[in-house]
Amino acid sequence: MTVTVLDYGRSNLLSVRRALEHCGAQVCFARTPQQAAAAQRLVLPGVGAFKDGMQALASRGLVAPLLEQARRGTPVLAICLGMQMLFSESDEGGRCAGLGLVPGRVQRLPALDASGAPQRVPHIGWYALTPCAVPLAGTVLADVPAGGQMYFVHSYEAKPAQPLARLADTEYGGRRVCAAVQCGCVTGVQFHPEKSGEAGLSILRRFLAQPAAQT
Amino acid sequence: MSGANFRVIARLDVKDEHLVKGVQYEGLRKLGDPHAFAARYYAQGADELLYLDTVASLYGRSHLDGILQATARDVFIPVTAGGGVRSVQDIAALLRAGADKVAVNTAALRRPALLREGAEAFGSQCIVLSIQAKRRAPGRWEAYYDNGREHSGRDAVAWAREGAALGAGEILLTSVDCEGCRRGMDEALVAAVCAAVDVPVIAAGGCACAADAAGAARAGAQAVAIASALHYGALAMPALKQTLRAQGLEVRL
Repeated sequence: MTVTVLDYGRSNLLSVRRALEHCGAQVCFARTPQQAAAAQRLVLPGVGAFKDGMQALASRGLVAPLLEQARRGTPVLAICLGMQMLFSESDEGGRCAGLGLVPGRVQRLPALDASGAPQRVPHIGWYALTPCAVPLAGTVLADVPAGGQMYFVHSYEAKPAQPLARLADTEYGGRRVCAAVQCGCVTGVQFHPEKSGEAGLSILRRFLAQPAAQT
Repeated sequence: MSGANFRVIARLDVKDEHLVKGVQYEGLRKLGDPHAFAARYYAQGADELLYLDTVASLYGRSHLDGILQATARDVFIPVTAGGGVRSVQDIAALLRAGADKVAVNTAALRRPALLREGAEAFGSQCIVLSIQAKRRAPGRWEAYYDNGREHSGRDAVAWAREGAALGAGEILLTSVDCEGCRRGMDEALVAAVCAAVDVPVIAAGGCACAADAAGAARAGAQAVAIASALHYGALAMPALKQTLRAQGLEVRL
């Protein structure tokens, strides 16, 4: 099976590539709108700042083919900043519009925890996933063992407007933080499945097993 | 501070293509192929890997890129790389080679703005400020560089605070006095730095047993980096984590 990783010059592509290859995929990179439009499965990785990431996608002409692919039903997996960019908008670095594939906004993690004590930001480390209202069978999280922990590193959190878009949360500082979202064929994960050991690789395998859109 | 899970990080000091380990940064011994050790620690449940090129600062660039690329093939946990990082271009090169985070020490002491530039280019979560702290008086530590050889004149705690304000997303805090000795960690140092910054702190230097790691956690650290005790087989990752969990720490098993 083949998977296309969007290369917009902003992330650790080697790790994502190696992890996908380890799961049996043939990986190619999309740097042009044509390459993105031809993908059967798309991974939107991302490290760094929201506005910079959106500008990098836009300047390469990758926004329109990405939206079109999502409309056609192509499986899309967005990771970390990639997941945040799925949302309508973010507060990072001044208000900035996102891709709008998942309604909601991205906000900075609060400096205080639920009890009012200071909490450390960025939120870094391994945290367990807690399922939300949606059953996980059939989603990319289906094979994550109960209590399975994923590696998070982020300073901003996504707030989905629709509760049913929320696949899983994690808990930080006594609050629930959105860890995974799904809207149709588009899935986003705040953590790094490519850096989360065997539990993370199970997510990539599930994603690769999703049927490609009919063309 | 609350909500943090405690991470156990395997620290691999490298010189050329070899895994090495010294005592207080001196008398480096070759221990083998770093990738073989990295793969073993991954399989045993390490939460992260930390590669530090021990001589890059002294002699220029290194074999780290190749080691990182090999690691990315079969190790699927976060990797931090450091040693001889002088510029945003050096940070970019290590990230490209497969590192998730880059640790900076000497160059940041010489030019603190490097931390801000790195954070602006790649995000704070990528930038780890490595501090080699040496005890000068009770409750007072000085930041060193070049593997604990050169003193900077900066107070280590104040430098941690300044570095976090400039954009470092994490502090790697190594006690030069305890490093490689396997006789316990400088908990007072850990507590002082953890109280001074609101970013995660990795305690390093001297961790020989689960009690040492638990002590660092009690002092406020979010992670511990262990080298000698793992490399020489005194500590095994799964048993260490079981013990930490039994002591009430949230760790990943």
